[in-house]
Amino acid sequence: MAHLVEEVNVGQFKHLVSERALTGETMLLNMGPQHPSTHGVLRLLLELDGETIVNCIPDIGYLHTGVEKNMEAKSYQKAEVMSDRLDYMNPMGNNLAYVMAVEKLIDLDVPPRAQALRVILCELQRISSHMVWLGAFGLDLAAMSMFLYCFRERERILDIFELVSGQRMMTTYFRPGGLWRDVPAEFEKTVRDFIKIFPRRIDEYEKLLSKNPILIDRLVGIGYLSKEVALQYGVTGPTLRASGVDWDLRKARPYMGYEQYDFNIPTRPEGDTYARYIVRIDELRESLKIIEQALNKLPSGPWRSQNRKFVPPPRSEIGVSMEALIHHFKLWSEGFSAPKASIYSAVESPRGELGLYLEGDGGPKPYRVHLRTPSFDNLAVLPEIVKGHLVADVVAILASIDIVLGDIDR
Amino acid sequence: MGIEQKLGNMGVVTTSLETVVNWSRTRAMWPMLFGLACCAIEMMAAQASDYDMSRFGMELMRASPRQSDLMIVAGRLSRKMGPVLRRLYDQMPEPKWVISMGDCASCGGVFNNYAIYQGADEVVPVDVYVAGCPPRPEALIHGVLTLYEKVNGEKFKDLAEKYKTA
Amino acid sequence: MDKRLEPIVQAAQKRYGATYEEFRDEVHLFVSPERIADALALLRHEYDFELLSALTATDYFPQQTPRFHVIYQLTSLAQNLSVQVRVPVNGDNPQVPTATRVYAVANWREREVFDMFGIVFDGHPDPRRILMPEDTEGHPLRKDFPLGYEEPQFTFNFEEIDLRKPYAKE
Repeated sequence: MAHLVEEVNVGQFKHLVSERALTGETMLLNMGPQHPSTHGVLRLLLELDGETIVNCIPDIGYLHTGVEKNMEAKSYQKAEVMSDRLDYMNPMGNNLAYVMAVEKLIDLDVPPRAQALRVILCELQRISSHMVWLGAFGLDLAAMSMFLYCFRERERILDIFELVSGQRMMTTYFRPGGLWRDVPAEFEKTVRDFIKIFPRRIDEYEKLLSKNPILIDRLVGIGYLSKEVALQYGVTGPTLRASGVDWDLRKARPYMGYEQYDFNIPTRPEGDTYARYIVRIDELRESLKIIEQALNKLPSGPWRSQNRKFVPPPRSEIGVSMEALIHHFKLWSEGFSAPKASIYSAVESPRGELGLYLEGDGGPKPYRVHLRTPSFDNLAVLPEIVKGHLVADVVAILASIDIVLGDIDR
Repeated sequence: MGIEQKLGNMGVVTTSLETVVNWSRTRAMWPMLFGLACCAIEMMAAQASDYDMSRFGMELMRASPRQSDLMIVAGRLSRKMGPVLRRLYDQMPEPKWVISMGDCASCGGVFNNYAIYQGADEVVPVDVYVAGCPPRPEALIHGVLTLYEKVNGEKFKDLAEKYKTA
Repeated sequence: MDKRLEPIVQAAQKRYGATYEEFRDEVHLFVSPERIADALALLRHEYDFELLSALTATDYFPQQTPRFHVIYQLTSLAQNLSVQVRVPVNGDNPQVPTATRVYAVANWREREVFDMFGIVFDGHPDPRRILMPEDTEGHPLRKDFPLGYEEPQFTFNFEEIDLRKPYAKE
């Protein structure tokens, strides 16, 4: 720990900056890892000509956690705990991606009640993630009261999560085959109260921000991302939908019963920062529609698969049945085994396509886990769309792309 | 509890200098924004309306280390970030305190591997550890109040020892 | 396999000598390292696989030929199809031609594969490490790189680990 941070000199980035930086005509500014508006520990090296940006070089890796290697050392059940700490705005969504990948690998069924409850909780998580995005977005543009309003709504959603699983954020509530336990009796009433008050709150936020002349001045026409560049850079999620491409995994490759629900995919053709803001506000309304339909149609029945090779039996059965005891012992001591094959499975997280490449080797531990996280590709497009703008616009553009550093650095 | 109860009839309060100095340090301690990962979101929630930290004097979070007295290390500390943390800690003026928030900053947490420091106390000296993954906002506020008790118990002769060697 | 994928797989087999496998409705194509850039260009321009969803690698350590498989996951938005292309690479001096001319996102993704596995991509415009610090030695996701596991401190071994732990000085 004796060495300090080394000084950056332009020579290291010779191939990335223009020639004017080498002569000292433009300045290299470090928007360091600790900064109030970089949404986490992201370091941006900006090459500035006065106040205009000539080049932008992102430097990531300040939150690298080694999750992929660590998951190889744990069994399938234990590795799920690591999956919800990646994209920390969306822990239920990460759980869903991991659990769906494991279920695809071992070919396990999920009962309809578990599917509907998973959909409700994932959409609530999507609303909560967009609330934090909206709060941080307002904070970056110096609209500080948005932060307080959005966190007030988020507390209501976190109360629902605590009711269901006992934990506010890192719930690990979805397990292979279904859920950890059934939802308590107050769940339906609490969710219905929430969806009754929330639409008026969205109208309140729109009244504060959407027609605000300062916001329109700062956002319209800034950070234009065209459709071709977006597809070249592998951008997905609301950032892609705000550039006119109608691609959402919930509609294109429906999972967990999304095909039964009736909802739209908001898309905007303009491709600038304002369009990305409007797309996310519209997504809040669509999520509410899905939650209401799922709650109305909620089927009764088992909440976890009955396949005892992979799912532990309930405690009441262990005292009376010999096979239940044997299954319980095997699952708790060694864990279930997966075939020697590899799959790729993806879900739609609030930021884009969250995919998992999972490879088993016939044993109880995964051989290789790779997480395809949406913020990594969404950030790769930043140097393209920021050229020619001012330094204050970088903050607005970065906020509108909605990155989470835990996703990028894994 | 305010000063008025102690004033009595004469408008004069007698106390020791240490009590006054420690009282003033705890009543307006400004934290530095050092949110790294998931615990940062719970720190933001503690600052927001439901669990308000400005009741305890932490009105705003300053991004500049030169203007803050408390550093809350919230989140997992990776090997690339360690030197940056040490540099920012060195830039803070005395007196300064460090709260290590969450399991990852206290002991490495869930991640026992090559990429994460097993505790922020390998890099900076820590005063209060707050456990939880992530700790509830109430747990963070409890940690802050524990720090206040520690500061209220500080004596001048210990501080003189500390600064003599520096 | 999906019927629309059959002509694509046959074209890849004929032109680039690819073999394929299927598992749970997925198609995995195997292409040799020299022809991968052309195969990706074919899939992108002729068959409209616009999105490179994932680019990663796997290490099969004790066996050296091949030791790594580089994996490209391609998605087509227009036809709603996806296909996985795998490239087996040998253990001594692993090299693969770059895909940055076909997909721009491969720039960062290939830097990550280089950082984690040590596979060199020929012709990459910016070959630096991306996630680990610049002066790291070794490549973390290889199977012969240790996990870095540290022994947990319980009550019975508290003092002996406490003496070894590198606490910070003031």
